[in-house]
Amino acid sequence: MIELSEAEIEGIKHEMSLYEDPGAATIEALKIVQEHRGWVSDEAMAAAAQVVGVTPTQMEAVATFYNLIFRQPVGRHVIMLCDSISCYLTGYEEVRDHLKSTLGIDFGQTTADGRFTLLPICCLGDCDMGPSMRVGEVYHNRLTPERVDEILAEYK
Amino acid sequence: MEETKVLTQRIRPDRSAVWIDDYMDLGGYEALKTTLADYGPAEVGPLIKEAGLRGRGGAGFPTGVKWSFMPRFEDRPDERPAHVYLVVNADEMEPGTFKDRLIMEGDPHQLIEGMIIAAYAIGADTAYVFLRGEYTECRRRLQQAIDEAHAKGFLGENILDSGFSLNLHLHMSAGRYICGEESALLSALEGRRAVPRHKPPFPAASGLFGQPTTVNNVETICNVPHIVKNGADWYKSLGLNKDGGTKLFGASGHVAKPGLAEFPLGVKLGDVLEHFGGIRHGRKLKGLLPGGGSTPFLTPEHLDTPMDYDGVGAAGSRLGTATMVVFDDQTPIVGVLKNLEHFYAQESCGWCTPCRDGLPWVEKMLINLEAGKGQPGDLELLDLHVKLLGPGKTFCAHAPGAMGPLEAGLKYYRDELAALIPDDASNLSRTEAANANPL
Ligand SMILES: Cc1cc2nc3c(=O)[nH]c(=O)nc-3n(C[C@H](O)[C@H](O)[C@H](O)COP(=O)(O)O)c2cc1C
Ligand code: SF4
Ligand code: FES
Repeated sequence: MIELSEAEIEGIKHEMSLYEDPGAATIEALKIVQEHRGWVSDEAMAAAAQVVGVTPTQMEAVATFYNLIFRQPVGRHVIMLCDSISCYLTGYEEVRDHLKSTLGIDFGQTTADGRFTLLPICCLGDCDMGPSMRVGEVYHNRLTPERVDEILAEYK
Repeated sequence: MEETKVLTQRIRPDRSAVWIDDYMDLGGYEALKTTLADYGPAEVGPLIKEAGLRGRGGAGFPTGVKWSFMPRFEDRPDERPAHVYLVVNADEMEPGTFKDRLIMEGDPHQLIEGMIIAAYAIGADTAYVFLRGEYTECRRRLQQAIDEAHAKGFLGENILDSGFSLNLHLHMSAGRYICGEESALLSALEGRRAVPRHKPPFPAASGLFGQPTTVNNVETICNVPHIVKNGADWYKSLGLNKDGGTKLFGASGHVAKPGLAEFPLGVKLGDVLEHFGGIRHGRKLKGLLPGGGSTPFLTPEHLDTPMDYDGVGAAGSRLGTATMVVFDDQTPIVGVLKNLEHFYAQESCGWCTPCRDGLPWVEKMLINLEAGKGQPGDLELLDLHVKLLGPGKTFCAHAPGAMGPLEAGLKYYRDELAALIPDDASNLSRTEAANANPL
């Protein structure tokens, strides 16, 4: 079993202190591990479960439910493309097809050079500026195939 | 039409945040001071009730009434549970909805001030903002605002020497639409799968960690300081009909100038559309979802509808979040429905069978219809799903929400949908199956 870092453990313990039941930090623990490691492996999950004081099974039930927890390695930049209604009405399909063909991957995949992972996401709360996507933590909107090319070039 | 800016009065055009000094210069935290100085905890709720504030999270439940369900412990302090909670629902994942994000980013202290007053009113000692995981900019701004409020003595122990104390924490969700359903939200906050819970007991009796809890939407809470500051009569007089106050209205999709605006409740649908520049490219309106992905369509015949809870209800839909999604007359309805039902199928929590299995079935039928592979009887089968996944048939309101636009789509655009089915009257097996079903 792997050991979590000092910083991870501290982060998790801080979260545990914010709730009446420390077990409530389960989700946040997964996110902390993910922040440090990029994704959550089985081993890291078990280690986090031990810190929080829940069983690995409880941890896994949560890890498999939420869509911002990655159970596989992801690329350096995770692209989340909104596939909900307002973006759909303003050109989502064209942007999606362009992203897939430019990157040469489908949703759920990572480019061979490890640069990008492409994921669908529902409504990003950016509907008035659709089509919209997030790369890492940054929103990019009013997307067109040309805009997508410019944006991808910003991420090395 | 002129906007009536209450919740958005401080929001800057460049959407940069209003920090505490500016917020206070513009009258912020006065309502909190008034509350703590002039009101007993049990006196705030009745004021909110009197103002007629209804929840802005979608269901429109009267906020003062919801607060009145919270048990009171002033007279029996020994029975007070370890904690009483206020939870703000900032999950905002309904397709087409972007209102809470803009007010949290633009005016974070408005939410915090509202939360402190609301917590005081319901006797809460701990409050959480359950914030959508993707809203990282929101998180940064809210956290800075919380720290500022702490430094000024508006949060923490013995706020402004009133004897009232409140801890306020931000909780970032890890994503899933169902987290917005209030009982599922409590499951998520407890660190578990976001599966809805049976009601009763309602959260006021047994909520977060089994303790008394109130869950309110962001916009709902943002109204609270304004009501305290200006009074219930002022608030009521803002609305044009029965419902008090203003509402954030959004428009996205095929409008010329998409965005967010604030109008009195009861404003005419046509006037709202006009504010957003009408339909883009000089086209015509085909239909719109008045308040997010789960609200049944309205059509051009509804342009005179007063946009308040009763008005939109009478037109056969729901005000919902009042962030409308608009589409023009060149939009095939089957694509719109397919997109919406994909979302609902994807986001089912999987707890109950009709929703878990029914929604993917509905999505598949719509995909086939769009591809010209529909079969006679498909529309009847979709009608049947509208019934079988409707209110009362599933564990929570997710599946009925998904059926709202589908039912309206089958009603208003039936001919267009029927025209997608290849003409093969000899194959009646599906129709027969649908007709033979006892429901
Ligand atoms: C599937 C589902 C998703 C919901 N999502 C949200 C949401 O993201 N934000 C919200 O405020 N309310 C949402 N609601 C409504 C909440 O359950 C609840 O009614 C609301 O937060 C109560 O606050 P209010 O009374 O202030 O409106 C959702 C309801 C359902 C059934
Ligand atoms: S209706 Fe859908 S979302 Fe709600 S409990 Fe059932 S499966 Fe879950
Ligand atoms: S529909 Fe794409 S951001 Fe809302």
